[in-house]
Amino acid sequence: MDVTLFLQQLVNGLTLGSLFALIAVGYTVVYGIIQLINFAHGEIFMVGAFGALSTWIVIGRAQITAWWMLPLMILGAMGVAVLTALVMERLAYRPLRNAPRLAPLITAIGISVFLQEVVRLFYGLIPGFPDAKAPVPFPAVQGVSGGALDLGGVVLQRAAIFTLVALVVSWTFLYFFVNRTRIGRAMQATSQDPDTARLMGIDVDRIIMVAFALGAALAALAGIAHGLQYTNIDFRMGFLAGLKAFTAAVLGGIGNINGAVVGGLLLGLVEVMATAYIPGTFGGSAWKDVWAFALLILVLVFRPQGLLGAKVVDRA
Amino acid sequence: MLEVKDLVVSYGRVRAVKRISFTVPEGSVVSLLGTNGAGKTTTLRTISGLHRPESGEIWFDGRRIDSVPAHRIVQRGLAHSPEGRRIFPRLTVRDNLMLGAFARTDRGSASADLQRAYDLFPILHERRNQPAGTFSGGEQQMLAIGRALMSRPRMLMLDEPSMGLSPLMTKRIMSTIAELKSEGVTILLVEQNAQAALTLADHGYVLEVGSIAFDDTGANLLSDDRVRRAYLGED
Repeated sequence: MDVTLFLQQLVNGLTLGSLFALIAVGYTVVYGIIQLINFAHGEIFMVGAFGALSTWIVIGRAQITAWWMLPLMILGAMGVAVLTALVMERLAYRPLRNAPRLAPLITAIGISVFLQEVVRLFYGLIPGFPDAKAPVPFPAVQGVSGGALDLGGVVLQRAAIFTLVALVVSWTFLYFFVNRTRIGRAMQATSQDPDTARLMGIDVDRIIMVAFALGAALAALAGIAHGLQYTNIDFRMGFLAGLKAFTAAVLGGIGNINGAVVGGLLLGLVEVMATAYIPGTFGGSAWKDVWAFALLILVLVFRPQGLLGAKVVDRA
Repeated sequence: MLEVKDLVVSYGRVRAVKRISFTVPEGSVVSLLGTNGAGKTTTLRTISGLHRPESGEIWFDGRRIDSVPAHRIVQRGLAHSPEGRRIFPRLTVRDNLMLGAFARTDRGSASADLQRAYDLFPILHERRNQPAGTFSGGEQQMLAIGRALMSRPRMLMLDEPSMGLSPLMTKRIMSTIAELKSEGVTILLVEQNAQAALTLADHGYVLEVGSIAFDDTGANLLSDDRVRRAYLGED
């Protein structure tokens, strides 16, 4: 076996996996608090990517070499994604808080279609903005685009480094936020027992908003990472990415943040490795989604709570 | 300190509480007695804002609270230790206690109260870094009471603190309640263990299927024939 090739696939798998993981955290955090599968989360990722592009168009175009271009695009992407997520929560999900579980699920699909169509139909109508009915080129950004690094035959794209660093930073931030801050502990309490959390003085509505905002901010990072890696974005990009990220969250154990990260990385690795190493008819990229979802089925059969999910035990 | 007037609470079409009224004077222990389904837990959950009443009024400390959100009621000094203890199982004992102080704005003195909870129940200090879900029922009850006290409430509502506990542990919990009473905390106590509750209570109300059947002082109820037959297992 060619070691260099294997290491290259490992890097590719972890890069793809980081993208899934950044999105998967949003599914898991929201599910952990209100047991809602927010199927519109893939569209938040898409909206984040368009938020970054818009920031670049409005402010940056001429300043493409400036060091602050990337931080500004990140802020723009997060701002748009978080705002969209909060409005969506307030207008679409909150009124259904006590409705049967099917209602918010169907609503989520409605929001997905709505957000896709808004971007498709109206993005190009803003003066100076490109038409978004077809894929739109994503700008190359100083520092994270172009000139790949060569580590003894293993090629490391700058966009891949950005993705991996984004995941590591986000994961570290989340760890401290959830375990070491007052709001983080309140999130854990709300996730374990929302009524009792309210008796402690925790404003559960606010905690739910924090969960949506955190997920949206990470999805926005993923949106930029996607744009940098694939050099274009389009209004449909959230669908498959969202589905894969949801799979990653279930794989790791939905509700568990570490599970979402592990599930995302694992899913990315499986896709890339299966594409590279399965020979014959079932090999190649045409089958990569099959292997990804086959893994999901296996986990659901043999470990339905996911890899890191705790078995749910009834309260004594 | 707490006044409930003509309170009606429904779940869908089922009327769980039918026009009950009672008062809890400052510094006293008042007990609500009754069988399962009498509406005791619903009453407490409505007072603390987890349910909205269909009609009626709830006044705490001179202010009406029946449309105030739950998280603001505890900020006003009314703590509720719920039925079944409801500790946060995957958080440590210390984190559980600190969440009890979440409503408070004076965060500095929370550590003093943490010490007070540890003094009240030394086992909580011993196991402060352990996940609370690993505790026995009695230990969880101590944690639940300790947690409710962390908000430094002027009034405490306890729902079935002796449920599922050994007689020894029940005695321990009841003596803690007596201690709190002597410190001036106003207490509304819901109990199935009528003997223990009435020994502590200044006044008791007996609930039957959503209504108050009768009420009297704790001592009088202890010797009341109806109470003795229904709740103390005597003929």
